[in-house]
Amino acid sequence: MSTNNLLVSVKNVHKVYQRGNERIDVLSGLNLEIPRGDFLALMGPSGSGKSTLLNLLAGLDRPSEGVVSVNGERIDQMSESQLARWRAGAVGFVFQFYNLLPVLTAERNVELPLLLAPLSLAQRKKHVQTALAVVGLSDRGKHYPGQLSGGQQQRVAIARAIAADPTLLLCDEPTGDLDRKSEDEILELLQALNQQHGKTIVMVTHDPHAARRARRILYLNKGVLGTEPVE
Amino acid sequence: MKFLPLLWGSLKRKRIRTGFTLLSILIAFVLYGYLSAINKAFELGVDVTGEDRLVLRHKVSFSIPLPVSYGPRIARIPGVVDYCHANWFGGIYQDPKNFFGQFPVTPEAYLRMYPEFLLPEAQKQAWFANRTGAVAGRKIADKYGWKIGDRIPIQATVWRKKDGSSTWEFELVGIYDGATPETDTTQFLFHYDYFDEARAFGNGTTDWYIIRIDDPPRAAEIAQRIDAEFANSSFETKTSTEKAFVQGFAEQIGNIGAILGGILAAVFFTILLVTGNTMMQSVRERVAELAVLKTVGFSNRAVLALVLAESLTLAGLGGGLGLLIGWLAILQGDPTQGFLPVFFFPPEDIAIGVGYVAALGLIAGLLPAVQAMNLRVVDALRRV
Repeated sequence: MSTNNLLVSVKNVHKVYQRGNERIDVLSGLNLEIPRGDFLALMGPSGSGKSTLLNLLAGLDRPSEGVVSVNGERIDQMSESQLARWRAGAVGFVFQFYNLLPVLTAERNVELPLLLAPLSLAQRKKHVQTALAVVGLSDRGKHYPGQLSGGQQQRVAIARAIAADPTLLLCDEPTGDLDRKSEDEILELLQALNQQHGKTIVMVTHDPHAARRARRILYLNKGVLGTEPVE
Repeated sequence: MKFLPLLWGSLKRKRIRTGFTLLSILIAFVLYGYLSAINKAFELGVDVTGEDRLVLRHKVSFSIPLPVSYGPRIARIPGVVDYCHANWFGGIYQDPKNFFGQFPVTPEAYLRMYPEFLLPEAQKQAWFANRTGAVAGRKIADKYGWKIGDRIPIQATVWRKKDGSSTWEFELVGIYDGATPETDTTQFLFHYDYFDEARAFGNGTTDWYIIRIDDPPRAAEIAQRIDAEFANSSFETKTSTEKAFVQGFAEQIGNIGAILGGILAAVFFTILLVTGNTMMQSVRERVAELAVLKTVGFSNRAVLALVLAESLTLAGLGGGLGLLIGWLAILQGDPTQGFLPVFFFPPEDIAIGVGYVAALGLIAGLLPAVQAMNLRVVDALRRV
């Protein structure tokens, strides 16, 4: 794979947690390369390290050992404040339970990552309207999360994730809390973001139905990546 | 400005809790305003007193009168420049609740002694010429709607007249203003000569003397000399600086500053706990949301600033409104119906109040803000 086409590079990453005297190896020498424009589904049993890997890619956690690069930047070497700045522009995160702020309208929720950017009010509004239009919720901007269905809330969460126009979207069980119809809508939206808007997506899921929407599927088991599911 | 919706949204999250906390802070600062005004009323009496004035009273008690014949003897003592005397009349105007000080004085000498009482020359001359004339301070004249020429009846509680009547009627011939906002403009002054001639008993006596001296640093020495003059007489004296006299008078009630300071400290400590608790709960309930903010790019410092700003907003709203309401209420006047001669919310205390508001916001928000700052996103999201 050419270096220019490579967006994410994970090399020999270890993640170890210490619980009392017990040492827990969550990731053991993991290697992963994700090209630009990829839509990767990460599957695996609970506790296999999927969310840990996602957190490392988002710069929310640090590897015990190894290298994590996104778009050529060593995020494992960044300070907390550098990481915060990097997250604001380079990565969008979608949670299983939407994690919208209930006291803010959909518009204000989408605006959150833009508050940190040097943008005028008009520019922020434009970004918010664009993001809401992409997820098909232009008419729900003034609604509070409590006034929206689960599927609509997840759309708002996706709009928030893409508002700053990041290259990389990280989704942690984005359909895990939705009914089948809403799940399909969200997956179609993610596919559209990948195919039409060129977003690189890494999606953690337990659901094979969801995983099949991705371009490729990798399986994580006991901290090791593979292309085949493990029984 | 762009973070305002986020701040406001956080405060609106638990409206009732926020409302009660705001109300507690508001009441605390209204109380602060009142206590500051009361404290100042007592302090000012001490602060504004002339350094070159001594007060002479009976050695045993303020309530035992002294002969007016002491006057010329006082005037002869080296270091004394001028003197006047005054009595406590203690009468009632219309209703016992209408409290203000009434003093029979020697007009020319009294006005010389208190140049901070500003009386137009024409009114001054009218008073000197009219034996039943009286002058009143602007504050009580405004309070009771008195105008020059009004007849003011005062009901005596002690000083009956020789004709058996207890009603003393005066013609208001002047209204004086204070040279500074701190000047007492609640006094009602009338001729000692008229009072002394008409009263049924106690003639030829006065309650206290006010003495101007030429050298304030020698006040103690001159006071000693004055008291020595009257030692071993039937009316031994005690002379002190006016400041010490007023302070002693105020301290008959107790150490006002310490009492009010104690009350304020208790109030602010309680309000600090209330506000701190509100902020702690607020942060605890929003662990996941704070983690989301960090995920979308808010730095640790930004989260710290956000929580502190929230705490400052809460304190600022409650405290600011409290100071404003307190100021407006104090403008309506002295709640003791005139017992406090000056009653206002001193600007320096308003500034200190603003400082207290900021300190309350910062201290109450500091611990939860640091907790929010140190929150690890991964741990916070795992907890949810």
